Amino acid sequence: MKRLPGLLALLAVALVALTFPATSSAAEPQASLPQLEDEVMCPICGTLLGLSRSPAAERQRVFIRAMIRDGADEEEIKDALVAEYGPQVLALPDDEGINLYAYLVPILGFILGGLAVVWAVVRMRRNRKKDPPAGKPGPGPPSSESERLDADLARYDL
Amino acid sequence: MILGVAGLLAFLTWGLISAGDSGLTVGDPVPVATLPTLPEGGEASLADFKGDWVLLNVWASWCGPCRFESPALEQFERENRDRLKVLGVDTRDLSEDAMKFIREYDITYAQIRDGNGDYADDLKTTGVPESFLVDPDGNLVAHYPGAFNDIESIEKFAAPALEATAAAGDEAK
Repeated sequence: MKRLPGLLALLAVALVALTFPATSSAAEPQASLPQLEDEVMCPICGTLLGLSRSPAAERQRVFIRAMIRDGADEEEIKDALVAEYGPQVLALPDDEGINLYAYLVPILGFILGGLAVVWAVVRMRRNRKKDPPAGKPGPGPPSSESERLDADLARYDL
Repeated sequence: MILGVAGLLAFLTWGLISAGDSGLTVGDPVPVATLPTLPEGGEASLADFKGDWVLLNVWASWCGPCRFESPALEQFERENRDRLKVLGVDTRDLSEDAMKFIREYDITYAQIRDGNGDYADDLKTTGVPESFLVDPDGNLVAHYPGAFNDIESIEKFAAPALEATAAAGDEAK
């Protein structure tokens, strides 16, 4: 019974520890121009915004900066850019419809590659098991050949 | 193996040839797309102007030469609006910037907004500004890549329309 206040205090500390990270991860990520420059395209250059210094790209940066200043998060800024320039403005395709394949195919490739490696390793191990252990000598040559070998060696015996 | 390589080469060659197929040909029907208007609030397309001569002008607010030609284009439109229509196509631009541009140059002719640039691609533009003269049936009569220097250069480009409408006016009299 004497331990109860201590246990309650420990429980309270654990609750606080669990609550704080949850709260911070629930908050929207702070948008930043350098990060967005790597995630959106310049509308006329066909390159990432970060790689372009064209007048259109500069106007796009002004637009993004203004939205960041107004407190918009990354998703809101991307949505606004899509409304202005269409979905092509996003460097990464969205995860709907046929665009889903852009994400699924590499994952599928990774899984298949992993399976192929596992299969190769298992096969190699099986083959190794079939081989005789290094310490034990094999059955050796038939007796007739052994006799011939002994005779040959005797001839060269100095 | 050889067949595979030959097929790949053929595919790449075809890609290069089709990429080089740029520009509409005179007499071809000019592509049509229904797009939002500027200011926002409606939709319009080149098809709405069927029966009229149209000077289709593709532009963007971030484009210096577009700024250069705009006053002359506006003046031309005001002087000839009974003979042909001017339709602006704002492409790959921010709508707010486009509206500022329209206000700054006091542009009164119709505008449509091609935010993603698909319509400019359909028109096979190579940049901005570019202008297209379209006859009343929707076919291309002339193409002008780049900015007009002055109102005279616009009149020269639009001469087929101006002459045709002048002749039609004379016949009506």
